[in-house]
Amino acid sequence: MERASNSEGAGSGSKPVPAVEELESVVIRFVGDSGDGMQLTGAEFTRAAALGGNDLATYPDFPAEIRAPAGSLAGVSGFQLQFASGAIFTAGDAPDVLVVMNPAALKTNLAALEPGGMLLLDAGAFKPKNLELAGYEQSPLDDGSLANYRLVSVDFSKQVATALQGSGLSTKEVQRTRNFFVLGLLFWLYQRPTKPEIDAIRRRFVRRAEIADANIKVFEIGYHFGETAELFQTRYRVPSAKLAKGHYRNVTGNEATALGIVAAGQLAGRPVFYASYPITPASEILHNLAGLVRYGVTVFQAEDEIAAVTSAIGASFGGSIAVTGTSGPGFVLKQEGIGLAVATELPLVIINVQRAGPSTGMPTKPEQADLLLTLFGRNSESPVAVLAPATPVECFEMTIEAVRLATEHMCPVVLLSDGSLANGSEPWLLPDLAELKPMRLVYRTDPEGFAPYLRNPETLARPWALPGTPGLEHRIGGLEKEDVSGSVSYDPINHEHMVRTRQAKVDRIARGLPPAEVFGGEEGGLLLVGWGGTYGALHEATRTLRAEGCAVSHLHLRYLNPLQSNVGEILKAFEQVLVAELNCGQLSMLLRDRFLVDAKRLNKVQGQPFQVREIVSAARALLPKGVLRELRA
Amino acid sequence: MSMEPISLTRRDFVSKEAVRWCPGCGDYAILAQMQRVMPELGVAREKIVFISGIGCASRFPYYMNTYGFHTIHGRAPAVATGLRLARPDLSVWVVTGDGDALSIGGNHLIQTLRRNLDIKILLFNNRVYGLTKGQFSPTAQKGMRTKSSPDGTVARPFHTLALALGAEATFVARTVDTEVQHLQEMIRRMANHKGTSLLEIYQNCPVFNDGAFEDLKDRKLKSDHLLVLEQGQTLRYGAKQERVIKLNPMEARLFAGKVGEDDGGVEVVHNERAADPTLATLLSRLEGPEFPTPIGVLRAVEEPTFEEQTHALAEAQRTRLGKGSLGELLFGGERWDVS
Ligand SMILES: Cc1ncc(C[n+]2csc(CCOP(=O)(O)OP(=O)(O)O)c2C)c(N)n1
Ligand code: SF4
Ligand SMILES: [Mg+2]
Repeated sequence: MERASNSEGAGSGSKPVPAVEELESVVIRFVGDSGDGMQLTGAEFTRAAALGGNDLATYPDFPAEIRAPAGSLAGVSGFQLQFASGAIFTAGDAPDVLVVMNPAALKTNLAALEPGGMLLLDAGAFKPKNLELAGYEQSPLDDGSLANYRLVSVDFSKQVATALQGSGLSTKEVQRTRNFFVLGLLFWLYQRPTKPEIDAIRRRFVRRAEIADANIKVFEIGYHFGETAELFQTRYRVPSAKLAKGHYRNVTGNEATALGIVAAGQLAGRPVFYASYPITPASEILHNLAGLVRYGVTVFQAEDEIAAVTSAIGASFGGSIAVTGTSGPGFVLKQEGIGLAVATELPLVIINVQRAGPSTGMPTKPEQADLLLTLFGRNSESPVAVLAPATPVECFEMTIEAVRLATEHMCPVVLLSDGSLANGSEPWLLPDLAELKPMRLVYRTDPEGFAPYLRNPETLARPWALPGTPGLEHRIGGLEKEDVSGSVSYDPINHEHMVRTRQAKVDRIARGLPPAEVFGGEEGGLLLVGWGGTYGALHEATRTLRAEGCAVSHLHLRYLNPLQSNVGEILKAFEQVLVAELNCGQLSMLLRDRFLVDAKRLNKVQGQPFQVREIVSAARALLPKGVLRELRA
Repeated sequence: MSMEPISLTRRDFVSKEAVRWCPGCGDYAILAQMQRVMPELGVAREKIVFISGIGCASRFPYYMNTYGFHTIHGRAPAVATGLRLARPDLSVWVVTGDGDALSIGGNHLIQTLRRNLDIKILLFNNRVYGLTKGQFSPTAQKGMRTKSSPDGTVARPFHTLALALGAEATFVARTVDTEVQHLQEMIRRMANHKGTSLLEIYQNCPVFNDGAFEDLKDRKLKSDHLLVLEQGQTLRYGAKQERVIKLNPMEARLFAGKVGEDDGGVEVVHNERAADPTLATLLSRLEGPEFPTPIGVLRAVEEPTFEEQTHALAEAQRTRLGKGSLGELLFGGERWDVS
């Protein structure tokens, strides 16, 4: 502000107008203390990008602690966002702009910024105490260590203190508004309209008008600061993307999952039951559904994950669409219950939002290491169907698909999401309601010829016979049953028959699945194979390599059990197969065993998503040296 | 519920499955009384569901010709919770053992009692793990020698009903497998209770813990060892009703005295409907040899159930915001259009 008033001819029109540069895409990473509101700032900027018609993807990366000691390295929370005028599939490998709220955030994130990248930081936070907490002996602002970056250093603290003088807010409350200052600055830098944001702040703080006023004031001051402070020679424009026509909203994977659960009930015209015990990063599904109970969803916060899964089984017995959601450690607790659903052949959807482990591990960090647990983590032969959405938006349709398969085939279906899908967001082209197929959930009512394990000859599903139906009184349970009659049986031949029948029932799901699709060529060269939340990185890597002329294709599996019928064929049509996963090689192990293909592995277990460049370089290493293969059409 | 009067008999509740308890097991008597009382309750057979965990006791649902679900060890109250929440039209019963309910499933039991869903829980307490062939259970008397405690157990047992009252269960009662009439009456009472009811049934396991409740069964000893609770009555027992449980008001404890004797104690009148569970808790802790064992209803109070409150909240949300539609669900939030 001082600078502005000092500059000559501060009157309107005489200031040098910064040039405007057009960019295809920008990656911004916001980092600060958990208390600095980085997730909110990121989400607000995301909204602006979405409303501006950009394609976008986000990756929040926060600590498990709610409030680690202020200023500590453990307390750093981050939110990365890529927005673009073309199609994008990830939140970006590295930030173009790093917004830093304190020294600890600089310390933990600077390595991600490429030389020449913009570093926008709050100089006011670089005080001796914060520097010490971050382990800096000398301020990096003074020792020349930031010389390689485009440093924009502003004292946010002082700016907001001046702006809110006499507002009646406490010093702490005033300092809490710093994130809106920087948001304002970025709105100016990227030429975003302020009005929708101001409205959003009002809505958000509707119960605390004085806080809303303060945030709005600071947001506007930040915006004008960009204009007047002459910190930037250039403003940027990221034109809107050529997105398909239609209605859009922004969703995270967890939101889409919750919406999918409700939608399944609407499409089936049946009640939904969701039981869960809070756990990161699955709790948002519970929170979202708790607000949607008017849609005929009964939400039950159980005493633990065992009660969550078993109460869901009880509801399923009663005819509800029963869903239980959790993450790794809770998923382990559910296994005995899932086994009960396998044995009693009741429909059940189990959502596991995977996180980095083992044990408590790194609750807020993504990993894909529960695949083998899902398939084999119960006693005896206990097959379940397994699905994995590839993007936050896909969580919606795959959740509905899980319900459809569970109820049609009378078996448990596990949906494997992960922390990056759960919290990551992207624009969602809302489906045409007419395209959402109604679901037919059939309950048995006819006592004539009824037996609890009488099977549909095609699917092998047993009838769903609900208590309350006259004439169908029967008993089910975890003891082995004689097929058809459902009587308790220890007969050896019957047991083998039942084991194989339960397996065949899951295998037959494949008959109704669409064939797997490959992006790129149909054969030859290298096939990248992945599943779940790594889709964006694998897809972008494939496009990059293909643009360079490399014969690389991408197969992303949404159905992990059963696999779609053509998966083996696809694998065999390529000279090389590289399976990329955020684990130590679980899918590759399955594919090697099943199809005897010499699948190579790319594995990462850092609690971080793949970067596009990591995949590109691993793929390059497998491609014949010096030769860029011609693309086969 | 069906509107027509339902006329069923005991036989209607007998399933075709062969009963597989050991000869002389107390479970037979309980099954027989249940099958006898069920027809009186006026509930259509298809509306009745028996849910159990794992154990000898938990085989019970196979023998009742109603809907039944033999689940996994300790989890029956949780399965029942899901069913009851989803289907408030059903009459939901849980059958469980002392190990099932108080060891592996302890948390589900107390949480269910705390929530007060309309679920009727029959806890068959034989003070031993029957199905796994005789290890001590959480209700085994201290020092009990079993295969897994050859030198005797060291921990004290749970007072099952004190635990239930600690969770402020709205219906808490006890009976003995051989007290046929009393057992029937308790089943009727819990059938009519709205909320979670817990009935502890002392059940003899002739194979692994024979005679555990002998004092309560022996014709001669019984009158001195059983205190039959009745609403509005004092706590008298003994062959001639000459003995009585009194309250020492200064120390807030119960003691065993004689009727008419001036011992500083006061005779209390049993009130199962007392809002405060304190006196019921004192009763729940009485045990031999110093005290008689109370049987009957210790507590029966009316409180709103979990399911009616849960569904009322959903209904209130519907009244406030409408019942919702797929279109509203997807398009209702903040969105933008590309044209
Ligand atoms: C998860 C699990 N752990 C252990 C067992 C073995 N098990 C079956 S029944 C039982 C104890 C049953 O005791 P109780 O509940 O008192 O029933 P009772 O047999 O005495 O009627 C045990 C330990 C099991 N079935 N499942
Ligand atoms: S072991 Fe005991 S409780 Fe189990 S059936 Fe035999 S007698 Fe009854
Ligand atoms: Mg027992």
